[in-house]
Amino acid sequence: MNPAPSSKAAKVLSQAQSLRWELGAQFHEKLVESIYADAARLADRAVTRPDGPPRFDLDRSIDRLVTSRLWGVPLMILLFALVFWITIVGANVPSRLLGSLLIDQVYPWLRDTALQAGVPWWLRGLFIDGIYLATAWVVSVMLPPMAIFFPLFTFLEDFGYLPRVAFNLDNVFRKAGAHGKQALTMMMGFGCNAAGITATRIIDSPRERLIAMITNNFALCNGRWPTQILIASLFIGALAPSYLAGLVSAMAVVGVALLGVGLSLAASWALSRSVLRGEVSAFSLELPPYRPPRLGQIIYTSLIDRTMYVLWRALVFAAPAGAVIWLVSNITINGFSLAEYIVTFLDPLGLFIGLNGVILLAYIIAIPANEIVVPTVLMLTVLTARVAGVGSGAGIMFELDNEADTMAVFRAGGWTLLTGVNLMLFSLIHNPCSTTLYTIYKESGSLKWTAIAALLPLALGFVVCFFVAQVWRLFVPA
Amino acid sequence: MSTAPLTPAHGCETCPSFRPAGLKPLGVDATNWDYVVALAGNPNTGKSTVFNQLTGLRQHTGNWPGKTVVRAEGGFQFGGRKFKLVDLPGTYSLLATSPDEEVARNFLLFGQPDVTLAVVDATRLERNLNLVLQILEITPRVVVCLNLVDQARRLGLQVDERRLARDLGVPVVPAAARYRQGIDLLLQTVHDVATGKTQCRGYRSEIQNQEVNRAIDPLVAAIQEAFPGLPNARWLALRLLDGDDRVIEAVRLGEFSEPSPTQASAALASAS
Repeated sequence: MNPAPSSKAAKVLSQAQSLRWELGAQFHEKLVESIYADAARLADRAVTRPDGPPRFDLDRSIDRLVTSRLWGVPLMILLFALVFWITIVGANVPSRLLGSLLIDQVYPWLRDTALQAGVPWWLRGLFIDGIYLATAWVVSVMLPPMAIFFPLFTFLEDFGYLPRVAFNLDNVFRKAGAHGKQALTMMMGFGCNAAGITATRIIDSPRERLIAMITNNFALCNGRWPTQILIASLFIGALAPSYLAGLVSAMAVVGVALLGVGLSLAASWALSRSVLRGEVSAFSLELPPYRPPRLGQIIYTSLIDRTMYVLWRALVFAAPAGAVIWLVSNITINGFSLAEYIVTFLDPLGLFIGLNGVILLAYIIAIPANEIVVPTVLMLTVLTARVAGVGSGAGIMFELDNEADTMAVFRAGGWTLLTGVNLMLFSLIHNPCSTTLYTIYKESGSLKWTAIAALLPLALGFVVCFFVAQVWRLFVPA
Repeated sequence: MSTAPLTPAHGCETCPSFRPAGLKPLGVDATNWDYVVALAGNPNTGKSTVFNQLTGLRQHTGNWPGKTVVRAEGGFQFGGRKFKLVDLPGTYSLLATSPDEEVARNFLLFGQPDVTLAVVDATRLERNLNLVLQILEITPRVVVCLNLVDQARRLGLQVDERRLARDLGVPVVPAAARYRQGIDLLLQTVHDVATGKTQCRGYRSEIQNQEVNRAIDPLVAAIQEAFPGLPNARWLALRLLDGDDRVIEAVRLGEFSEPSPTQASAALASAS
């Protein structure tokens, strides 16, 4: 830079500085006023409005209903219950088909081919029993619900319903000391927490943005539904007559999701009154017009951008986790596998809070991806309870064809209704997956807040499970 | 595929396989561009939809405000020229009171786009024009995309785009980007402004306040002396009088003197 312009620049700055003093504080308002007046004049010249009384406005009529004080929230819950119900009921059949294809057909074929090719047993075990099965399980369990849920969610988004959800929830979020836009980032979190964390960029105030990031984990992400759905149908749906089982399970999942919303609010409230104290900032939320959803666009967006993206991520993380599971189950010391040692070690703590050692180990292994919790739990249960006749050997994840068999495995592992309920709770309330944590670190740039975002829900999960277990044991005799 | 509820003006335009004559979407390939086009507008006016239509990318679009939180870039080719398209976050103003406003403002100011494509919502023209007027203060090379005209028609609103174009001094192209209507005219217009075939006059709002005008005039003179050839000296004066820290910093560092290519690209990087 040559010195001449910079001295002139300094002159400009000092001149501006002195003029600013003369103009006073009203300048900004005058400036904005002048722009607005101009815009109003130009718009008025260009726009012709219809004469006579305003015609029937469909948007306003819909809005009057879905954002009404009385009906807004119940309608919202009903709508999401419907979405979950369609997902749960609809995913059943394709899940089973995919499972039987990938696990009953492809898996034995792979194993036999490797056997004949003379691949050493540990290589076969690591790649086919470990990595292949883990990924096959993730695909068959996750793909169908995602392929149903995401198009439905995208439909609501394209139609313009999501801003109404934010409108309905704005007031409670404000009361919790959080930004109203947190309702939107939470909605994103229902798809994927990492995506929800990135979306917190729409929140301007750093304080409220941190609150939104830390509490986003309480939005039940899509990696956790398969757990919720399976456990709900096994333990809670089974309590109801069979024709109601689907509905009861769906309501249980909605209940857990709502609990997540409640916790999100409670945690926001606690944070905004302790470490993240401050004023709630105001924002204007524009309710966009409803638009006829474009079906092709919805299917493309939801399947390619969302389903495939999340599935790919899950696979990338599930593959190494499959290898780890196979290894801890097959490395033996004194005749017992590493997994058995760890499970035995974790068991007292697990049972104390109404879970068990298997579940805790599964959650440690599943830090990279929540999706593989259920297959890991099944596999470890069979291994440690030494159930005969199911599964195919140590460290091999599997799926059971019917719920009765799955239930039998759980019973052999000492599971009760309490274990099921607490697993659902713990699945909602525990540390975020490693992708989400990494995203929090990237977005906040702070190790401290990342650690808080990881430890706060984990500690809360232990506390909640502990209390539920205590109360349960008080009232329900073992 | 498209479920347009309106009678399409041009049947073929609404078909997904339709490409406006000469448009070649280049996806994320935005290298070796001839011109940089910035895409600005209020939240939820369809910027991302326009972006996708032009680049062939599938950036996520959603019917809610504040969806685009980062700058997205893509490329397209039209009329033998390569364009780099930068999708800015949706904002209501450029007074830089929030991070996304600052991203948008800094890009328009320091990224020096050849054309700024302002996407406005035809059903909420007044509020949208606030932003357009602020953009025009920074650069006259603007094309207004009057989007959602289908929506306006549904509400019984008539927008006279020719009068608007005359008033604003820049081309105004009506469009329904969701249904691919008006995209080809939009492309031609952007091309013409970029190549200089169409000259923009660029409306400058008159400030009615005498006191303010008395303050601006000497400052504008000083700025023009310090940075000759600056197209938006008046806007700069207003920002300095408003005490805009980023602009003050930029003046101090001499960022407004003739931008060298490296400076422009550094600004591109730092504006994100």
